[in-house]
Amino acid sequence: MAERQVAVVGAGPAGLAAALAAADGGAEVTVVDLGALPGGQYLRQPAVAGLPPARHPAAAEALLDRTRDHPRITFLLGHQVWQATADPTPHLDNRGGPGLTLRLLGPVGPVTLHPSVLVLAPGGHDRVVPFPGWDLPGVVTAGAAQALAKGQGVLVGRRVLVAGTGPFLLTVAAGLAAAGAEVAGVAEASRISRWGRHLGAIAGVPGKIGEAFRYLGALRRRRIPIWSGEAVTMVEPYGDRLRATLRRVDAGWRPGPVTRTVAVDAVCVGHGFTPSVELAVALGCATHHDPADGSLVVDVDDNQASTVPGVFVAGEATGVGGADVARHEGTLAGLAVLHRLGRLDTAAYERAAGPLRRRIDRGRRFATALHRVYPVPDGWTHWLRADTVLCRCEEVTVGRTRSDIAAYGIDDLRALKLVTRIGMGRCQGRICGRAAACLLGQVSGRSQPLDTFANRHIVMPVPLGTVAEEGTTRDSS
Amino acid sequence: MSQPDHPSATGVGSSANGFEITVDGVRVPVRPGQTIAAVLLGTGRPATRLTRTQGRPRGLFCGIGTCFDCLVVCNDEPGVRSCLRPVAPGDVIRTGIVIETAAAPPMGTGTDHG
Ligand SMILES: Cc1cc2nc3c(=O)[nH]c(=O)nc-3n(C[C@H](O)[C@H](O)[C@H](O)COP(=O)(O)OP(=O)(O)OC[C@H]3O[C@@H](n4cnc5c(N)ncnc54)[C@H](O)[C@@H]3O)c2cc1C
Ligand code: FES
Repeated sequence: MAERQVAVVGAGPAGLAAALAAADGGAEVTVVDLGALPGGQYLRQPAVAGLPPARHPAAAEALLDRTRDHPRITFLLGHQVWQATADPTPHLDNRGGPGLTLRLLGPVGPVTLHPSVLVLAPGGHDRVVPFPGWDLPGVVTAGAAQALAKGQGVLVGRRVLVAGTGPFLLTVAAGLAAAGAEVAGVAEASRISRWGRHLGAIAGVPGKIGEAFRYLGALRRRRIPIWSGEAVTMVEPYGDRLRATLRRVDAGWRPGPVTRTVAVDAVCVGHGFTPSVELAVALGCATHHDPADGSLVVDVDDNQASTVPGVFVAGEATGVGGADVARHEGTLAGLAVLHRLGRLDTAAYERAAGPLRRRIDRGRRFATALHRVYPVPDGWTHWLRADTVLCRCEEVTVGRTRSDIAAYGIDDLRALKLVTRIGMGRCQGRICGRAAACLLGQVSGRSQPLDTFANRHIVMPVPLGTVAEEGTTRDSS
Repeated sequence: MSQPDHPSATGVGSSANGFEITVDGVRVPVRPGQTIAAVLLGTGRPATRLTRTQGRPRGLFCGIGTCFDCLVVCNDEPGVRSCLRPVAPGDVIRTGIVIETAAAPPMGTGTDHG
């Protein structure tokens, strides 16, 4: 039997919970994360000595404590998985597994893993819709500002604006203010009054509302204004600072009159999150568009199993749902792994799975309500200018994109990618893919599937030599 | 998260076990565990590189290794994501450089090891 039979990609709430459940049940688990410390985004720990530890709710914090020195969990930190493959022909290797291979690049070179079972918990990243000036230094994602403050004790700027949509903006604004930033204001493009229509989902997770009120209270105490129904539609250089222009937007995010301009050192923007599905897609896992927010997510059944045997997926990659859903899905995935490995009988598995599934359902209902209250409608395309950068890596502008779509009669993303180079740069469409799909959809009148950008053999750029080189095999089967 | 003596308020904090790295020819005090991006921001350098076609400045954007906007040259290795790479003693960082973006992923000229 393989010693390191289970691999978990991602050391966020989902991955840590999966690793803990599997390791507590006797499995040997390897957790891979490109970060220098475990925790992922929500459970991010300070990486610099002398910073006070970040505080999290007890159940989440316990994941860090219980996995830290677990005898059956090995962490490969600072390791990026850049390729994942599943041999589609079932073969009886000595692992009895589905022929899974993960190729990693770490601080001392390449590593290859051949796990019998794999849990993907890669989380996601901030979604930002383009606007003129979004590529200027000092314009950062809300998550980046949060990650710097939490992990590094550094502010993105002394005076900052937080803008976009979603409850995460309140978390970030409160966090930055507590860390010493002057928060000029929070521009929330949606109208929170929509909450009234989702009381049922709120009732399922009362703790979440308490959390929101705590952040609102913190902002009020510091007299930080929240401008509802306003969006940042442009950022320009302003001496050695930045000046953001805010406009009133309607429910469809069509921009109206300018409401104010704000001079700041940094603009922190977030329009929700984009799940990381590339590894799952590379393995051949089926995906769909999440009806809640339209993002591309991995298909999983009620055991967190993907459509590829031996591959389980938990957390944001199955749908943006927040840290609690991620944690419960991770635990369920960990137990499902034990069941698959024959370390947990069906009756015991089902007894444990029931309550977890109910918590996941409640959390998902709440997440769906959040997506309804904070949608990202298409009206933002009206604040783009011809010279606005759409694809940041390849510097493709909105004007160039629109004229190429018209000139070549492009009506699918693959063609758009080939003609314009959108999504061909280092980020491979992670940042611009959805915006490009939206623009193309508007011009071509055809809605565009997002899997075009997610489908790549090599999921992160690595040096050529690494592709040729086979890494040290770290499982000891 | 409350840090009244926030390091950025005074530039990069110094401590007994800190060390220095070189950023664009200038010695900069750092603390172990800091990422290159955090050091650059702490010393008032929001821009990390110039874009290939228009030579426009770019800096940290996603903060977590996804966007590849925060690239710097670290010890002559190009294309290092400054948001992921912790500083190491003796590091020589160059910013404001045009770093060729990869045409296809495997053609990348370098990567970082988080
Ligand atoms: C920048 C950012 C900051 C956030 N901050 C907060 C916050 O403060 N509070 C909050 O409630 N929510 C926050 N969120 C939302 C948060 O993502 C989720 O609520 C929660 O962390 C999801 O848990 P997860 O386990 O699914 O993913 P994550 O916590 O995102 O963990 C995924 C992990 O997988 C790793 N990973 C991904 N791909 C690879 C790969 N190819 N190779 C190796 N490792 C990989 C990542 O490094 C990451 O550590 C943040 C999101 C982002 C993007
Ligand atoms: S800021 Fe996005 S990769 Fe570093």
